[in-house]
Amino acid sequence: MPQELPRGSAASLSIAITGSGGSGAVTAGSILLAALGKAGFYGLMTRSAGPQIRGGESAAMVRFSPEPLYCMGDQFDLLIALDWRNFHRFLQEIPLGTASPVLYDPALGEVPEELRLQPRLERPWKRRAAAIAGGRLNLVALGTAGALLGLPCEALETGVQKVLGHKGEAVVDSAVACIRAGFSAENPNLARLPKPRPDPNRWLLSGNEAAALGSLRGGVRFVAAYPITPATEMLEWLAPKLEQLGGALLQAEDELASINMILGGSFGGMPSLTATSGPGLSLMMEGIGLAVASETPVLVADVMRVGPSTGIPTKSEQSDLHIALYGLHGDAPHLVLAPLDIGDCAFTFQWAVGLAEQLQTAAIVLSDQFLGQSRAILDPPPRCETPLTRLKQARERPCRRYLYTDTGVSPMPIPGESPCRYTADGLEHDERGVPSSLAEDHLAQLQKRRRKIEGFAYGEAWAEIQGAGPLCLISWGSSAGAVREAAQRLQAAGQPTRVILLRLLAPLRRESLKAALAGAEQLFVIEQNQTGQLFHYLHGAQVLPPHARSFARPGPLPLRPGEIVRAVRSEI
Amino acid sequence: MATIPTPSLRAKDYKSQIPPVWCPGCGHFAVLSALTKAFAYLKLPKDQLALVSGIGCSSRLPAYLDTYGFHGVHGRALAVAAGLKTARPDLIVIAVGGDGDGFSIGGNHFLHACRRNMDFTYIVMDNEVYGMTKGQASPTTQPDWTRSKLTPHGTGVRRFQPPAIALAAGASFIARGFSGDPTGLSKLFVEAIQHPGFAFVHVLSPCQTFRPEQRAWKQQVHPCSLGTAEDPARAAELIHRDDGMALGVLYAQQLPVWQPKLTQRTSLATIEEAFRL
Repeated sequence: MPQELPRGSAASLSIAITGSGGSGAVTAGSILLAALGKAGFYGLMTRSAGPQIRGGESAAMVRFSPEPLYCMGDQFDLLIALDWRNFHRFLQEIPLGTASPVLYDPALGEVPEELRLQPRLERPWKRRAAAIAGGRLNLVALGTAGALLGLPCEALETGVQKVLGHKGEAVVDSAVACIRAGFSAENPNLARLPKPRPDPNRWLLSGNEAAALGSLRGGVRFVAAYPITPATEMLEWLAPKLEQLGGALLQAEDELASINMILGGSFGGMPSLTATSGPGLSLMMEGIGLAVASETPVLVADVMRVGPSTGIPTKSEQSDLHIALYGLHGDAPHLVLAPLDIGDCAFTFQWAVGLAEQLQTAAIVLSDQFLGQSRAILDPPPRCETPLTRLKQARERPCRRYLYTDTGVSPMPIPGESPCRYTADGLEHDERGVPSSLAEDHLAQLQKRRRKIEGFAYGEAWAEIQGAGPLCLISWGSSAGAVREAAQRLQAAGQPTRVILLRLLAPLRRESLKAALAGAEQLFVIEQNQTGQLFHYLHGAQVLPPHARSFARPGPLPLRPGEIVRAVRSEI
Repeated sequence: MATIPTPSLRAKDYKSQIPPVWCPGCGHFAVLSALTKAFAYLKLPKDQLALVSGIGCSSRLPAYLDTYGFHGVHGRALAVAAGLKTARPDLIVIAVGGDGDGFSIGGNHFLHACRRNMDFTYIVMDNEVYGMTKGQASPTTQPDWTRSKLTPHGTGVRRFQPPAIALAAGASFIARGFSGDPTGLSKLFVEAIQHPGFAFVHVLSPCQTFRPEQRAWKQQVHPCSLGTAEDPARAAELIHRDDGMALGVLYAQQLPVWQPKLTQRTSLATIEEAFRL
């Protein structure tokens, strides 16, 4: 059943904190986000950094509201410049409203030409920081900003404890002194936000953490992976947690090893995962095909970045859909899923692990840099309550590991746990797993592998459907956030709008999607890539009417609700 | 894991009913038999044994055993074995394959398996040729071998030196066996399986079809006269002076074995608590 489309867009504020690498922009943003959470707001923080490890540019972009948020806004309401070095690199990424003030310390240089028309708020941060032992300019600036936004100073101090607590008492004391120095010099007056409703049960986490958590909820206890931006934080979060849960993480020598290592772990009965980004996914394709042919469940997380090749490692794009759908050689039915927001990373990853286990196949989950590296204040992500497990119990010997069944799923005995021994094989095989080049075996095994994927009852979670208007916006993955907000605005402006956000991309729930599209008159397929990868996929599956339009725009700049609204209005 | 105690198994009880695809006279038959003899000698429970392989003639071996097996893609047996052993340290894991699978397409995994020193065995049946694709030069083929249409002038490339590379990469157990010496080979397999850590057994296993001249190996092999080195410097000297036909355990040393760390257990609910504001 379609849910009600939420009415009107939430009042929100967007703040950008910029500086050169090492200026503490991201630390200040992190403390601000934690403080906003403490004060009762929902919020979202994205980071932007150059490829340099140190000394490049760095920015934290924070948006907050009394209502949950799923994307960044169209423009920023306040710019906090910790210094002006490298500022030009952010110009495109931080569109400022005409009335949005620039908050800065004139001791740190001239305001760039491009910002000369913005209102200015000058504060002597450098001097104030110098008066405090270990004083840091970014934290004095944060105190100023907190006061201007109307945040309680205690919320900022809680944020300091949350973000810097692990660095020891001296660091925290100095940071608190800086924040108070900035805060006490102000008269709060800038913000005009509705009053938030504090709820200590809310969570603060990144999409990479949510994805990792969802995987653990799904039962993953073995991970093998090779470091790659922007997936690495998933692995860094998982490594100690797996140990605490009796599992293990193995750092592989390359992605060819990663995928084959998790095939080994899964063959041993352990739900297994690897996480990578586009370049790694390309290397893993042969191994994913082996998972399909040998019917060994694995989950492959692709935290997408701008491609092709090495592309832009630190920026987001949804351009790996086609390789995820079509990258395997042979007829290789498998699962492709995409989380729709940061909290949904937990649900989608848990569901994907369960589906891979239940259907004994590979699941590729397409997260991206925006979802993965953004942090959000949100309600605790719901669990996937559908029980999904691997069928292990075999009775007969010699084992017919690839037994033809109605569902297409065959029992998969686990070494050391069952006397029904077998050899898994990526060569085409008969029911017993014995390599075979007979046409009848190939056809029967192809059909079995297709049947189990296509015949499964996936339930309602294949998509989120909101609204029922004749205007229909179809999207997937992280674009869902901007699409949802665009739909709210269109709806609020009197344009009844329907949103269909696909979580399960393969197998495509063709009949369900056609039913969801019934009555739609104007259709837009919205995604963050150049060629309209979802659009072409849906057209290939013959679910879209000929007049459906594609709105596809590549990264690295984030998709914003306003540009979607404009694109839709220009066409209808 | 609970395993029903098995009555003493004979070597042939470890074989499956599947007939090998190998050519008559192939060295791999003897490797298969020597392996089953080692299993019987060690009284290994069949349910606990997992044989892992890649692609090639020798990589077909797992299916010929009545144990668990994983026949994967070309060159990745060691990665599968490493994942399996990490996830299931209780299993006895043995990776098998050929010289192309292990030293060419899988060369990187060989280096890292040696230095990682996880507790499993790696048996390479080296016949200095790609047999399954009908006779191309492998990394261990002589540079002047001209019988392949792919390299009609020979490869002109120096041979890969498996024991020397294993030693340099940090392996803790290096042995060489010969399929024409099945008793000696069985003993090497027993020692390799018992060795705590990564045990590499380089087996000279002739290809009757594409390298018939390897029949002369029978006359060329000899025991390693200097015994087993325990010191890497002495092992390096021994291995570099070796003519490539010395049989026996060339090097064995106790080195730290990589295995998952055991830490204080926590529940997932406790881990989730940390996300609360």
